[in-house]
Amino acid sequence: MNKIVAKEHFSEKVVKLVVEAPLIARARKAGHFVIVRVGEKGERIPLTIAEADTQAGTITLVVQAVGKSSAKLCALNPGDYITDVVGPLGKATHIEHFGTVVCCGGGVGCAPLLPIVEAMKAAGNRVITVLAARTKELIILEEQMRKYSDEVIVMTDDGSYGHKGLVTQGVEEVIKREKVDLCVTIGPAVMMKFVALLTEKYHIPTVASLNTIMVDGTGMCGACRITVGGKTRFVCIDGPEFDAHQVDFDEMLMRLSSYKDVE
Amino acid sequence: MNKEELAAQRAEQWREELRKSKKAKERTDIPRVKMKELDPAYRVTNREEVNCGLTPEQAVLEATRCLDCVEPLCMTGCPVGINIPKFIKNIERGDFREAARTLKETSALPAVCGRVCPQERQCESKCFYLQKLKKEPIAIGYLERFAADYEQASGEVALPDMKPDNGIKIAVVGSGPCGLSFAGDMAKLGYRVTVFEALHEIGGVLKYGIPEFRLPNRIVDVEIDSLRRMGVEFMTDCIVGKTLSYDDLHEMGFKGIMVASGAGLPRFMNIPGENLNGVMSSNEYLTRVNLMDAANPESDTPVYKGHRVAVIGGGNTAMDSVRTARRLGADRAMIVYRRSEAEMPARQEEVHHAKQEGVEFLTLHNPIEYIGDERGRVRQMKLQKMELGEPDASGRRSPVPIPGAIETIDVDEVIVSVGVSPNPLVPNAIEGLEVTPKGTIVVNADTLQSALPDIYAGGDIVRGGATVILAMGDGRRAAAAMHEALQKQQRSA
Repeated sequence: MNKIVAKEHFSEKVVKLVVEAPLIARARKAGHFVIVRVGEKGERIPLTIAEADTQAGTITLVVQAVGKSSAKLCALNPGDYITDVVGPLGKATHIEHFGTVVCCGGGVGCAPLLPIVEAMKAAGNRVITVLAARTKELIILEEQMRKYSDEVIVMTDDGSYGHKGLVTQGVEEVIKREKVDLCVTIGPAVMMKFVALLTEKYHIPTVASLNTIMVDGTGMCGACRITVGGKTRFVCIDGPEFDAHQVDFDEMLMRLSSYKDVE
Repeated sequence: MNKEELAAQRAEQWREELRKSKKAKERTDIPRVKMKELDPAYRVTNREEVNCGLTPEQAVLEATRCLDCVEPLCMTGCPVGINIPKFIKNIERGDFREAARTLKETSALPAVCGRVCPQERQCESKCFYLQKLKKEPIAIGYLERFAADYEQASGEVALPDMKPDNGIKIAVVGSGPCGLSFAGDMAKLGYRVTVFEALHEIGGVLKYGIPEFRLPNRIVDVEIDSLRRMGVEFMTDCIVGKTLSYDDLHEMGFKGIMVASGAGLPRFMNIPGENLNGVMSSNEYLTRVNLMDAANPESDTPVYKGHRVAVIGGGNTAMDSVRTARRLGADRAMIVYRRSEAEMPARQEEVHHAKQEGVEFLTLHNPIEYIGDERGRVRQMKLQKMELGEPDASGRRSPVPIPGAIETIDVDEVIVSVGVSPNPLVPNAIEGLEVTPKGTIVVNADTLQSALPDIYAGGDIVRGGATVILAMGDGRRAAAAMHEALQKQQRSA
């Protein structure tokens, strides 16, 4: 049982939860995720860790209410308990001094991007962050991103904030302007697919952090399998980050809709 | 237990009298007991336990068959060394509690073993009846289950004799059969045992893998509760190697670590269409249904309820999956296996029960491709027909494709049950562990000690994929070896 100590609404459906989890807070690194379960009949769902405070013994999760389980989690309030939080899982992000790194996040994907932006900056990189969302109120964590980024570009589909356009337009603008050594992308699968197509064109190494369906999250069930470079890989153990140019995003999109009819 | 002890127990007055109370002929004339089973048509509509257990009268009569041999061959077939004649003769004289206590001397989970052990290949295969009289062996497994169930139902589950607390902390990684049996033995010896479990439930494969109709969760929970009462502590949602490191365990004062983290990544066959929706591993399918209770409308976890379900493989897990599919409403539930039925690794009882429940057996068939619809859901499978050729490395005749013999079958769900690789979490996380190319931890064959002196390992993380009872046997051996090593350390300190 893990207590929720703070909650903030980023938008109607996007919530930030600060959760007591001292062991996970201490062990986690950028890129790691946790498995969360709400209630005794609850489903196990993976969520990437956005921030951690080792002193307070807390981790921060940003959750978008999309299905039954995420809605249940979003409905919890400070003082409530999450039935199970287990982690940190997955491989940590490979951080080193690459040079110039473009970090692009879409929607709630910006939350797990934050620790990577922070770590990339700390490793001495020039970090350009591209934040994208449908509309202004869905742009999250902009202030924190500015703290660790040399530059932040905001893109909205409807032009209500920042530049009007898709994330790929923001990224391409940077690529055309200066030499980019690495791109990191986290967001909806379809967005990552198009970022990957774009950076492949410019031969820029790109890492995508994938969020697939999981049951146990510890390398047992195989529900999270995807095809990378023609080989089956498991997101929970081999990932969650992969070479975006090798990921079969179409298959991943298809697999994400696996339980649409059943749920 | 050594021969002298066994002989001394056999020479006890009550055993002598019991042996003399009936002539051998009277005993051997009794036919082997038949256990009541639920009617197949009824049981596929629910998940009630299929085997109903023995009545006390049945158990006593079956126990009477046992000749209480001078050299009990049955014991040589038991991986945990249960004193089989002693517990059976206690049943014969009507002391069912003492029978249960006898089981507990060596087995932390008798009610589990009585249900899931392949007795026909272990104790019962060595029985004098089978070996010398060419008759059906004593139903040792049924009797074991009877004694354990009797004690559980009485509500007064006895604890084994415990040595006084020695203050030494021991960590166990994983709460499956290996970890639990190790924890039980170490607690008996006076150690302070903490079991770390990655999932939210205790029991490992006994909970997520083996279905309710074969091993009810409440049976497992009573055994776990006994361990709690023996002082074993359990910590769920904690992954050693992730949440806590090897160094953390040292800082917390653990003097010995038993890695029993079990099986991990499911194997797939790497054939076209295997990542289609509706194709999944048996681990995923069974975990959804057993651990997450996904067939229950109140559960948040979804599961497919296919109408034409193919399960690929011929092991116990394949049988568990296909029988689960029948219970979830499959009209056509099929086992697809590339060899013939004679080579199937599953227990005979499971195959028999599956057939009774209307499962089709497509033996000598091997899937070569899955075909999906426009939405990526599996709709058909292509099967290559096989014939048996020369024996392979496993000694079984190997399946050879018949050229051109390919058929296509409609399916809407496929469960791949062709084995698992060891769980990679611990081997990846602890430096200095010696690991095979297959990912199993290398241990000393006798002591189960790894390359790191304070780490022992057993069960599927060492064997790659075995049975509950072999995992439990590993737990017992590792406990004995670790105890000896720790005592030696203390003496030299």
